[in-house]
Amino acid sequence: MKIGKQSLTFHNVFIGEGAVVVGPKENQGPLSDYFDKAYDDLYCGAKTWEKAEMQLFKDAINISLSKNNLAVCDVDCLISGDLNNQIIIGSYTLRDYELPYLGIFGACSTSVEGLIIGGNMIESGSCSKVLVGTSSHNATSERQFRYPTEYGGQKPQTITSTATAAGILLLTNTKGKLCLSGATIGKVIDAKINDPHDLGRAMAPSAFDTIVTHFNDFNSKPNDYDLIVTGDLSYYGKDMLIKLFDEININIKEHYDDCGLLLYNQEKQNVFAGGSGCGCCAAVTYGYLLSKLRDNTYKKILVVATGALLNPIIVAQKETIPGISHAVIIERIDD
Amino acid sequence: MIYLMAFLIGGAICALGQIILDLFKLVPIHITTIFIALGSLFDTFGIYDKLIKISGAGATIPISSFGHSLVHSALEKAESVGYIGILTGVFNLTAAGIVSSIIFAFIVALILRPKG
Amino acid sequence: MNEELKNVIEKVKKETTPKRKIFINTLKAFLVGGLICLVAQIIIEILMKSFGFNQEMANSIAITIMVFIGSVITGLGLYDKIGQFAGAGTIVPITGFANSMTSAALEYKSEGIIFGIFTNMFKLAGSVIVVGVISAFVFGTIRYLLGI
Repeated sequence: MKIGKQSLTFHNVFIGEGAVVVGPKENQGPLSDYFDKAYDDLYCGAKTWEKAEMQLFKDAINISLSKNNLAVCDVDCLISGDLNNQIIIGSYTLRDYELPYLGIFGACSTSVEGLIIGGNMIESGSCSKVLVGTSSHNATSERQFRYPTEYGGQKPQTITSTATAAGILLLTNTKGKLCLSGATIGKVIDAKINDPHDLGRAMAPSAFDTIVTHFNDFNSKPNDYDLIVTGDLSYYGKDMLIKLFDEININIKEHYDDCGLLLYNQEKQNVFAGGSGCGCCAAVTYGYLLSKLRDNTYKKILVVATGALLNPIIVAQKETIPGISHAVIIERIDD
Repeated sequence: MIYLMAFLIGGAICALGQIILDLFKLVPIHITTIFIALGSLFDTFGIYDKLIKISGAGATIPISSFGHSLVHSALEKAESVGYIGILTGVFNLTAAGIVSSIIFAFIVALILRPKG
Repeated sequence: MNEELKNVIEKVKKETTPKRKIFINTLKAFLVGGLICLVAQIIIEILMKSFGFNQEMANSIAITIMVFIGSVITGLGLYDKIGQFAGAGTIVPITGFANSMTSAALEYKSEGIIFGIFTNMFKLAGSVIVVGVISAFVFGTIRYLLGI
């Protein structure tokens, strides 16, 4: 049901088991216990970077089906997207599955965009089981958006490190402990930042807009959530978001964190300003945060995935970088 | 003495590149472009040759020497055969750098894989 | 988005613009760049004194050796780590040119020899050749017209 300007409420969407498969760097981070499988090499046993990302995604699908006790024919639809041109990871992986498929693109906001679309399909009654997922890989992202991986060019400290991870989550109409209770669909926000090495700050305004709209639509405030988490704003974007809310007299600092900063150990691991990529928000949300909801650490969280909507061609044409952020409320039902 | 000058001048040219990179928030391709153009410009007035004389590799190793070599060989050829020499002689001195780069890049790419 | 939020964003955007550590980066670039040139100078002196090459030959051979070193270090996955530390100290020397070519060739290896390695080798280094030739043409013509 629509409420407010851009939001929806769900009454019949529940969350099943998530599956998260990661690369070496993520497995060496503080959340390694919350991932289902990890590879100790970026190639993940495959011949090319793209095939490695497909391997991650394929593993995530298989582990998800197994954890949820589902056969492929039990699933109504799989919704996914990634950062590669033409979102090939999903398409090519699903050649091996008899699964109806909807490919979506939201850059790094894909993990939540999928939950919103899937949530709608469950809520409307048209589907009973929908898998939502996404993936990203450090090397496929580097070679497409930046430079060849062995290039010696110096990266500025504001840059983020794309996570090598794939995550799949089950949405279902079968009652469970966790539910998707609401969502806010984001708008494209261009704050006129044109530095592709500073995407965190380019996306912070869109997270700001979406969260403010969410608070207005749901008539809520930061205290109503145990945690508000953004996808990958980086250390600099996080700082900017806190300052943006300070300007309108809302204090989010105590309740706010960022997936890209949770995923890695900032002191020991070389990840510049934090993690990024579709898989970053997916890995932290579908793996770690759902665990924290289940073990009663959190009861209600707001997940705001943030995406930078650029490609190298348009940036070379001196365009600025717009961002988009989508938000979902995930909460535990205590009966 | 030439060793010290090579270190100092070479380092100084790189340091200048870093200052431009950070001050104007540019990317590596901007730096190589600027330095090649500067190398060409300085050779037009014979300045770069003097720099090479006092610092040896300190001036021949930075990418600016590439710009210098291109102009230098173009003018050398033009001196002997006329203006058309600007076109025909431009790659004479830089051939070693370009050809070896291609060959070694190819061999390394055949044998090894990127590590990410 | 309403005007109030837009103004807030403009204000905070300016306040949070990150600053780069210019001094320490320049020092690192100076040290590493200087070291690379020093190594090349040592090679040139050895070539001239022990092998009897003249200045021009020694320069050409030294450049070839430096390109070789740059390519191999790139292939071993080390150049990007040194480059992150040294910045312009590894971009400006000719080893940076070798790195740009080798890293591009390596990266596109997955697309095969012809469509991968051959086609993409000059992806990053192409600008070097093009701007070099254009400026050589322009400045060479100016100098020629001014009378050599």
